[in-house]
This record gives sequence, structure tokens and C-alpha cells, in this order.
Amino acid sequence: MLNAALEIAFVLIAAAQALNLYRLLRGPDLCDRILALDTLGISAIALLLLFGIRSASTAYFEAALLLALLGFVGTVALCKFLLRGDIIE
Amino acid sequence: MSPVSEMVVAALIVLGALFVFLGSIGLARLPDFLTRLHGPTKATTIGVGAILLASAIFFSGSESTAVSLHELAILLFLFITAPITAHLLAKAGLHRQARSAMRAAGDDEAADRVMTRESAPSEPDAGCQRANDERAPADR
Repeated sequence: MLNAALEIAFVLIAAAQALNLYRLLRGPDLCDRILALDTLGISAIALLLLFGIRSASTAYFEAALLLALLGFVGTVALCKFLLRGDIIE
Repeated sequence: MSPVSEMVVAALIVLGALFVFLGSIGLARLPDFLTRLHGPTKATTIGVGAILLASAIFFSGSESTAVSLHELAILLFLFITAPITAHLLAKAGLHRQARSAMRAAGDDEAADRVMTRESAPSEPDAGCQRANDERAPADR
């Protein structure tokens, strides 16, 4: 049953990432692209956690935490740049 | 792993993946930026939260550790940063909207002022900007 649930989840998250990619490429405004990139990072974290459950290994947590951290810093930096035209004032 | 906890883990995984998917549908289909911001924030909190919970239940008691705490770190970090990210994105979106509205009205000078610290009085968070000015008068 766990394997079936994992298969369903992999398909759903892959579809979600495809939709994010669509918004990332098409997004009429720069803010839409930043949001899509951030969401892409979030779904990548979910995917990594699912891989961890499937292979029953805890090695994926560090990667997930790192991805969460970098995604946050990147989004904040891009938003700051849009707001001020500068990242560190 | 007992059949009951396996069932719970499977249900949480499907629920989480469903929320991530729904958030992305919202991102792709909703009409303007501020409504599009609404979808993925739910994907972050409920979607990834449910998957992390499933992972915590799955790894708890399996190896040497009684309770798996790695997930808690990720969960805490995501829950703290999600509102900050959403706030900054909404602010950036509002600024760009205000700027292009002023450009469309032919007021180029006011549009340029949105980017700098002396914002126009009609600007949504002009009070906040002024407070920043008073705190750091010669910052640039």
C-alpha cells in the first residue's frame, strides 16, 4: 500500500512541477517567475522526502534542508532586488 | 512497521502530494499575481507538512532513534520562512503594479520615486517608507 501511495504521490508532484515550470516560463511578470521558482523548490523538497521514504534512508534530509534554506535565501534576495534595485544596501 | 501506521503514512503521503498538486494548479490557472500567490502557500504548509509528518512516522522507531527529529527541523524552517517569502513577494508585486499604473497615467516622476526611498503619498505603504527614512537618513 505504501508503494502505491508513493507512486501516486510521485506522479502528482511531477505534474505539479510541470505546472510550475509552465508558470516559470510564461509568467507575465517577474514576480510570477520568482513565485514559480520558489514553488518549484518546495515541490523538490517534497520529492526528496518521498525518495527518502522509498529508499528508507535518512540521507535525504540534509539535502531537503539545504534546498529549503537556499530557496528561501534566493527568493528573499530576488524580492529585495525587485523592491529596491539592490540586494544589500 | 505495523499495518495501521503504514496506512496512516500512505494516507498522509497522498494528502500531501494532492495539496502540492492543487497549489500548483492554482499557480498556473488563477488570473492575477496576488491570487496566484495564494495557491502555493497552501502547498508549502499543508502539502509539505503532511509529507514531513508521514516521513516522521515512517522513520520513528525503525532504527536506533525512537522519534525522528530531522523532519521537525525542516518543518520548523519551512513554517517560519513561508510567511516571510509570501509577504516579500506580495510587496514586490504591489510595488511593480503601482509603478506600472503610474507609468500608464503618464506620471513618470512618481513611478521612479516608487523605487527610491521618497515614495509618493498615494503609494500603499508610504508610512512605512517614511519611517525607514527617519531611521536611516543618509543610508545611500
